[in-house]
Amino acid sequence: MNDFFTVAIITATLASGIRLAVPFLLAALGEAVGQRAGVLNLGVEGVMLIGAFAAYYTALESGSAAFGLLMGLVVGMVMGLIYAFITVVMHAEQGISGIGIYLFGLGFTDLLFQKQVGTPRPISGLQTKPFDWLADDTGRAGELLFSHTILTYVAFLLVPVIYFLITRTTFGLNVRAVGENPQAADTLGVSVNGIRTAAIVIGNTMAGLAGAALALEIGIFQQNLTAGRGFIAIALVYFGAWRPVGVMAGSLLFGIVSSTVLQLQVQDVISGSVASIANMAPAVLTVIVLVVVSRRIGQPAALTRPFTRDS
Amino acid sequence: MLKMTDNQQRFSSGFDIGRLLRPFAGLAVPAGAVIAALAVGAILLGVFGANPLTGYRELFTGAFGGPDELAATALKSIPLMLVGVGICIAFRTGVINIGGEGQIIMGAILATLVALALPDVPRPILVPLVMIAGGIGGGIWGAIPGALKAYSGVNEILSTIMMNIIAGFFMSFLLEDWLIEPGAIRIQQTKRLSHNADLPILPGGTRLHLGIVVALIVAFLGYLLLFRSSLGMRLRAVGHNPHASRAAGMKVELSITQALAFSGACAGIAGAVLVFGSESHRLIGEGGPLAFTQSAGFNGIVTALFGGLHPLFTVLSSYLFGGMLAGGISLQRAVQVPQALVIALNGVVVVFVVGSLKLRTRVQRWAEGDIQMEDRA
Repeated sequence: MNDFFTVAIITATLASGIRLAVPFLLAALGEAVGQRAGVLNLGVEGVMLIGAFAAYYTALESGSAAFGLLMGLVVGMVMGLIYAFITVVMHAEQGISGIGIYLFGLGFTDLLFQKQVGTPRPISGLQTKPFDWLADDTGRAGELLFSHTILTYVAFLLVPVIYFLITRTTFGLNVRAVGENPQAADTLGVSVNGIRTAAIVIGNTMAGLAGAALALEIGIFQQNLTAGRGFIAIALVYFGAWRPVGVMAGSLLFGIVSSTVLQLQVQDVISGSVASIANMAPAVLTVIVLVVVSRRIGQPAALTRPFTRDS
Repeated sequence: MLKMTDNQQRFSSGFDIGRLLRPFAGLAVPAGAVIAALAVGAILLGVFGANPLTGYRELFTGAFGGPDELAATALKSIPLMLVGVGICIAFRTGVINIGGEGQIIMGAILATLVALALPDVPRPILVPLVMIAGGIGGGIWGAIPGALKAYSGVNEILSTIMMNIIAGFFMSFLLEDWLIEPGAIRIQQTKRLSHNADLPILPGGTRLHLGIVVALIVAFLGYLLLFRSSLGMRLRAVGHNPHASRAAGMKVELSITQALAFSGACAGIAGAVLVFGSESHRLIGEGGPLAFTQSAGFNGIVTALFGGLHPLFTVLSSYLFGGMLAGGISLQRAVQVPQALVIALNGVVVVFVVGSLKLRTRVQRWAEGDIQMEDRA
């Protein structure tokens, strides 16, 4: 029991929690942008899977994790254009078409993996650790803050960037306008469909990147690699009340709970069944937060509503 | 919300031919969606160096080529039918149920607990009992997000997804320790459950069991509930226009909770069938929740949409999609393209079906001669 409560292990657990939070954070920040524009993308899980496979396969074939990351980003962008066509142009019901994207991603990546790779072959993940040189001199705090790969810093840097984008730029103003009152935005000459398409593409690109981050962190691919993380990312948007900082808090919570449970299990402090209960905790907490959030803070008024001029 | 095409006729009692015609009138578009999906599949097969025609012939033969194939297809279609009927009830009430996966699992768990607690109850009693237990387990798991939506305004899409995650971990919690087969290697599965709870194999020499009868009964009950009962009328009225329903004195909150409870109950029965109709007659959690549910909680959404959110047409569409799942195995054998292709194509079908809903509504209205009325209004 005491083994867990050493500073070294707690530091390592928190650091790993930060790493585990990265896929949640990237996907949820992207989803938040889309939702602020009034589009719910329930297909995040599917796009993450596609991004993860693209990154894994590229890294496997080319030997370059960075190139893999780029491919994850590109396929996310492509999925964004497809999803924008489905929802913005064809007005498909967003919740259900997202499930379609999920099933497609689940089946398609499994298909590609079995056909192109077959047996799981490990890849080496991202090795670029820009602040590693600081970690040696700064002790435990240094390990916690400076031991991560560049992607982790990018993900957390995106929190203020997305905040700035949404609240301080014309684009962000337009995003919020089409998410709250598309008719009014349209009257003012804002291209509702254009802004929504841009927001969806940003969201899906980040989902693809999130999948890539996950695959590179784990170092392998398998069927259903994401195991529900994309769905949790959507809930985190509500959890964080559509605000980047709230989304970050939720992502860290999920990441740190998972890493703590894993560490406790490795240290034999808790059994597998207790670990299952502990892993359940963030989902239960999310439901509770949803109850609170839905009373206090309204979602974007036009969320899930397709835009037509005559409605 | 879904754009429902119900009109005033639906609320009148008595026979009207328009009601029977309606699903057919809209059939052209979903049929087109499937053809488009199959075209995507053909391209994928071609990319993998397989002959699409050979592939699809094998898929068709594997699904419908003989008594054993037809039975295998029926077996695959049972969970889709049950979940699909539940989806019809929820969606018609204007509630989106993404929680089929969790409801299947909770139904399976409660049914398993009943079979473990009462192993010696005679078969004619135990089999219905475990099915009912499945319905109750799934029903409770549906009622919770239903009540949260109705009384606290919690988005049901999110809460049902969270309920899926919770159910998945709950199953693994039980199977890690309490329910794990005693003395065996540590695989997340129960011992072989009571023989008295086995779903009896139907005569005919195939592997088809009573589960298909259960599914058909539930589908028929779902139809009666939705279209032949005052409760169902209230549900559909709420789905059509909750504000008007409230103004008419209906308890909208209660209807929403009921809809998700019924929806979950159908999925829960599917969970019970997956346990007691399986060849191992165990609850197996190894490989994760998706391995147990076979994604039926999601695929049931596909079949319900494809069946026009009508329980009886959902039976037909579930049988067709069951055929794709069963035929996928033959496809894999014949042209070495993994059957995961079928899941990917299901996703494409969903996207095409909901993507063409705008179109479909117009086709239906045109078939009913409603377009002029619409224009005047």
